[in-house]
Amino acid sequence: MMNTFVGNLGHMATILAFVSAVLTAFSYYKYYQANELEKSNWRNFSRVMFYIHSVASVTIAISLFEIIYNHRFEYFYAYSHSSSALPVHYMISSFWEGQEGAFILWIFWNVVLGLVVIHTNKAWEGPVMIVFALVQAFLVSMILGVVIGDLKIGSSPFILLRDAVSAPIFQINPDFVPEDGTGLNPLLQNIWMVIHPPTLFLGYASTLVPFAFLMAGLATKRYSEWIRPTLPWAIFSAMILGMGIIMGAYWAYVTLNFGGYWNWDPVENAVYVPWLILVAGIHTMITYKKSATALKTSIVLVISSFILVLYATFLVRSGVLGDSSVHSFTDLGLSGQLLIYMLFFLAMAIFFAVRSWKYIPTSEKEASVYSREFWIFIGATTLGLMAFQVILPTSIPVWNSIVESFGGISNMAPPADQVGFYTKFQLWFAVVLALLTAVGQFFWWKKMDAKTLKETLVTPYVISVLLSAGIIVLGKVYNLSYMVVVMAGTFTIVANATILSKLLKKSTFKLAGGSLAHIGLGMILIGVMFSSGYSEVISQNMSGLTYRNDFEDEVNKEHALLWINKPTQIKEYTAIYRGRQKKVVGVPGLVNAKLLKPTEQVNQAIALVDIVVNDKTYYREGEFVDIVLEENDYFKIDYYQDDEFKFSLSPMAQYNSSMGLLSSPDSRRFIDKDLYTFVSVISDLEDPEWREDETYEVSPGEMVHISDMVTKLESADVVTELDGMQLFDGDVAVKARLVVQDYDVEKVLEPVFIIRNNQVGRIPVIDHELGVKVELTNIVPEENKFIFTVNRTQKDYVVLKAMVKPQINILWAGTIIMLIGFCVAIYRRYDEFSKMRDKGVE
Amino acid sequence: MKKGHILGLGIIAIAIVIIISMLGDASTYESFATAKAMKAKGEDKAIHVVGQLKKGESGNVEGIEVNEDKTSFYFLMVDNDGTEQRVFYNEPVPADFHRSEQVVVIGGYKNEEIFMADKILMKCPSKYQENEVSTAGM
Repeated sequence: MMNTFVGNLGHMATILAFVSAVLTAFSYYKYYQANELEKSNWRNFSRVMFYIHSVASVTIAISLFEIIYNHRFEYFYAYSHSSSALPVHYMISSFWEGQEGAFILWIFWNVVLGLVVIHTNKAWEGPVMIVFALVQAFLVSMILGVVIGDLKIGSSPFILLRDAVSAPIFQINPDFVPEDGTGLNPLLQNIWMVIHPPTLFLGYASTLVPFAFLMAGLATKRYSEWIRPTLPWAIFSAMILGMGIIMGAYWAYVTLNFGGYWNWDPVENAVYVPWLILVAGIHTMITYKKSATALKTSIVLVISSFILVLYATFLVRSGVLGDSSVHSFTDLGLSGQLLIYMLFFLAMAIFFAVRSWKYIPTSEKEASVYSREFWIFIGATTLGLMAFQVILPTSIPVWNSIVESFGGISNMAPPADQVGFYTKFQLWFAVVLALLTAVGQFFWWKKMDAKTLKETLVTPYVISVLLSAGIIVLGKVYNLSYMVVVMAGTFTIVANATILSKLLKKSTFKLAGGSLAHIGLGMILIGVMFSSGYSEVISQNMSGLTYRNDFEDEVNKEHALLWINKPTQIKEYTAIYRGRQKKVVGVPGLVNAKLLKPTEQVNQAIALVDIVVNDKTYYREGEFVDIVLEENDYFKIDYYQDDEFKFSLSPMAQYNSSMGLLSSPDSRRFIDKDLYTFVSVISDLEDPEWREDETYEVSPGEMVHISDMVTKLESADVVTELDGMQLFDGDVAVKARLVVQDYDVEKVLEPVFIIRNNQVGRIPVIDHELGVKVELTNIVPEENKFIFTVNRTQKDYVVLKAMVKPQINILWAGTIIMLIGFCVAIYRRYDEFSKMRDKGVE
Repeated sequence: MKKGHILGLGIIAIAIVIIISMLGDASTYESFATAKAMKAKGEDKAIHVVGQLKKGESGNVEGIEVNEDKTSFYFLMVDNDGTEQRVFYNEPVPADFHRSEQVVVIGGYKNEEIFMADKILMKCPSKYQENEVSTAGM
């Protein structure tokens, strides 16, 4: 049954949200202009408008979720982003897998933020909400899905499948509803993908708040007052955006297999850059609050961070990145609209900034080298240069399209070695930042001159030199640049820890935000240096095979081929591939796939034996078993050291018909390192290519070699019962028992030979892991010989890549400490703001 | 000169270094012919070549040779000018490689005959472009 109601409701809500956003902007403008008598009327009207907009926006979100949740595959969105086998928490991921859903998420967060702004401010509501409502109007227009003549405004998530694709089935039956959707991208079926996008979009959305306050300040000629309410929001925004980035990095580390957490992909760069600028802006704003300098810089930085978020959206969603990024969205034809969106707010910002420029107070006095303003300014500049260095090459595809739109030809491509290219700048900038934060913090809390500076710095300096010497020796850091990184990182940790302990002794925890965040920075720096700089591929080719070509010997093979059960040397480990496993509902760990027989039903199998884990029986033989995403195979790799079993890793892979092999890593976590592994090739068990027949004549007790496996015919007996087949009177059935020894594993194969009504039947045995099909072809009773026909194919195998990532935990710990630092700072700045507001100053 | 000016000059200098380094490190899109010419001139910079896998008459991909240990392979690629080239890639065959509509190889000539790819980008038919709707369950 086709349900068009939800879609219509969603579409109506979209139109209502758009109209109400425009009206909100208009009525807040009237409110701002109105005289004292009419003001409260206009304010109430505006608020009602924004509430209507909020309800409409939430309705859009609910409608879309309803479509996904109830598997309404008559809608294109549900059809192309979800499937009926999907668990509920992944439906949330389906929601924002498509661009439209992502926009809805953004709209939703803006609504939440708008409501908070309305209810926490007294003096700022009008002008701030005008900016909010305008942004909302632009965002809603992206999902409007209205076509006027040749002009298409927005792409609606509520279109029906039959309107989106032109499949012949719809001509026969317009009410056709597909049985199932095409599913969610398996790489997004990860818990981090459920929470990473909302966090990132909250980060995106929250950059609007500082921008809106700034615009309000400039428009209403309160050139400096906007800073106080903005500051907690700016820190909040940087914290959330930073958290979103880190979650994305962590997701990439645990789900993707490019071998790390950061790849300098354009999509990553596009969020990293606004974050850097925002952090720079926070620092200049704090300076302004202390000493009335750097106001103009703050204005430029706040504007830039917001515009850069819009630019990031444009890059990722307009299709301009094309081949240069792995995870940009497909082009929905919104590039023009996105460009207008960005240019509109850029023009607005430039207009207000230019108009107010000459009225903005500046401090005439030159900042002394011994002032905190000077050091903060250098720090902000460094952040700005970092952002510049990243955004410039990331925009190469944009330069190309600009040149081409003027008829020129540009064949510039992004740097071939992105990681090396960005790292060589970002690393040194980060070192400078670390040193600045160490020195800057001392300036921040104390008046300094040359002499006191020396005195204060000498102790932390000596401690950090000693500490880093220790780290360098223990961590075997023999690369000069990396030594500098270690020194800078330790210096900032020690210096900020010194400040932190003084602050905690003297005053409250409230002031500790800065030093905590900077300690986090130092740890991140050291963690990144070890985990990336000393990341080592250990699955190099050790087989001693020589290749056909000379130059091939020069390159290192970074992957190892593991045949099933065959021990393979991987650096100090011996790795053995032990076969495939499945994740089963209710059973801890993983279950060997051989013990499960698939059924017709999705995600269901029958247990071939009792499933027992740690002496507890979870399923009995013959019971139905629910599998978590049956297309996922977990490849069990056992690691041995000195003939002693150490641990098992089970990297996941699935063969997806539309995306090919999807592979997720599994890591062994040690305190001081991760052993990171993933499979890059798996064998195809579905459709093996059997080689020619091989015949063996064997007597019971005799041994033969089938390929390289020693095989013994233990017995061959007449049986009266057979699994899965009924025997009648007069039937003769013979079951042979072959014991195959494959390295340390012994397997029993039991082919059957039946004579019924003078007809011969043979039930062969196929073992996919060993790659053999064995048939008991004939029996020669006189000679007590049994004739077997064997077909061989490749044994099961995986190609594996394994890497060691030293000290990655320092990186994760550093990010957490940095985020805590941000939170403390938010609390302090909000506290300041609310006290002033309640005094009536705001 | 005031300190502010020195600072400003310093920033401009660093920005210029950044721009020059970007221009220096930026790769280019080439054809196999121009890439070979560059190699002959002694330029070893990694470049991008856009093209397709060589397909036979029946539309099947031809010329993929996987090395014995499955960790590297050769393939035949035809660039947008129609030049055919044997390419070596020191990684296992990427999933879905056969289905790719377009491939971009980043790398350079190792010798006269072989182009060695350091990285391969593929454009595969996206599921969004799929116009077939599964009619199962009718």
